[in-house]
Amino acid sequence: MNAPFFKFGAFGDETSLLVAFVIGIGFGWFLERAGFGSAKKLVSQFYLNDLAVFKVMFTAIVTAMLGIFYLGWLGVLDLNLLYLSDTNLWPQIVGGLVLGVGFVVGGYCPGTSMVAIATGKIDALFFVGGVMFGVLAIGEAFPLVRGFYESGNLGRLTLPDVFHLSYGGVVFLVTLMALAGFAGAGWVERRFGGAAKEV
Amino acid sequence: MSTIVAPVIPARAAEARAGDRVHAVARVPAEYMNPYLAGIGLGLVLLSAYVVMGRGLGASGALSSLVAWSVNVVAPSHAQANEFYRGYLTSGVGHPLKEWLVFEVLGVMVGGFLSGHLAGRTRRMIERGPNVSVRARFGYAFVGGALMGIGAKLARGCTSGQALSGGAVLNAGSWAFMLMVFAGAYAMAWAVRRQWR
Repeated sequence: MNAPFFKFGAFGDETSLLVAFVIGIGFGWFLERAGFGSAKKLVSQFYLNDLAVFKVMFTAIVTAMLGIFYLGWLGVLDLNLLYLSDTNLWPQIVGGLVLGVGFVVGGYCPGTSMVAIATGKIDALFFVGGVMFGVLAIGEAFPLVRGFYESGNLGRLTLPDVFHLSYGGVVFLVTLMALAGFAGAGWVERRFGGAAKEV
Repeated sequence: MSTIVAPVIPARAAEARAGDRVHAVARVPAEYMNPYLAGIGLGLVLLSAYVVMGRGLGASGALSSLVAWSVNVVAPSHAQANEFYRGYLTSGVGHPLKEWLVFEVLGVMVGGFLSGHLAGRTRRMIERGPNVSVRARFGYAFVGGALMGIGAKLARGCTSGQALSGGAVLNAGSWAFMLMVFAGAYAMAWAVRRQWR
């Protein structure tokens, strides 16, 4: 059995759309289960009352990272066929900052806003309208921003490349960091949670 | 966990007074899932995307496809002369909206609705703090969304496509992006606290 299945021709483009829909259902299910259809729950992360965003996100990253690492190690999953977007350092740093500001101002991110709409949040409709307006703004200004958009291109770059460490070494360190982060998150919640939890 | 119960009920009552139509009135919403369990579930969904498709999850890309398609409907020559829109118009299985992320996001809405419905959490409401008007909340949501759209396009993805998906394959740009998302949000949090508190 060779994975990724799609890349080895296990099914075609039309079927891949059905796969997308099914995977999306799983994605939306766990976002909602975690409470991420709620803007108040999401932004609590940034007022230190409830660090569920950090916990869910890093648990998910570590789970998938370990799965990918071990499936690659077993020779089941061809890691060279996994999509990895180029690193464009400057636009990704600025984009990250702008997106972070938008997160705490708007209350959602694009994925969670879809779950919010599906569970009846009217404000999420305005948020999605805003996202589309932002995309349109970049689209219309693209001739102007293109130089910046393509700046800092470092190609396909991974953390093992950056730190000159083995893949397994970085996987181990990220896992350790996440575990330390979870312990730290518990401490922060005990300190800042409690009475202020109604954010 | 137990502390969250007391403050939530008056907030719900206040919102109901404010005239929001309430669905699933009689049901008390279920507690959210343990964040570590939800994270494992989400991680397995992400892993399955990589194993089955060779790619991660996403969200903003679907809205970009929708925007590019709309611009092309309104002003085809304008859209096709623009490299940004052309990228989205030429992807998809024979049609810009028959795109992987578009179908994935439709699934997200279905999955989110199913989970919310079964937990008694689907009802029409406006999420905001007690000190912010509905109109102001809508304004904040729109402006925040617009910043999110701009940031996601510059960064080549959002919290799903870059932070989560790129994070799991140790993409250096994704990790830089992720750190900056938290930096930006924490830096701005104090300035907009009135919206939520």
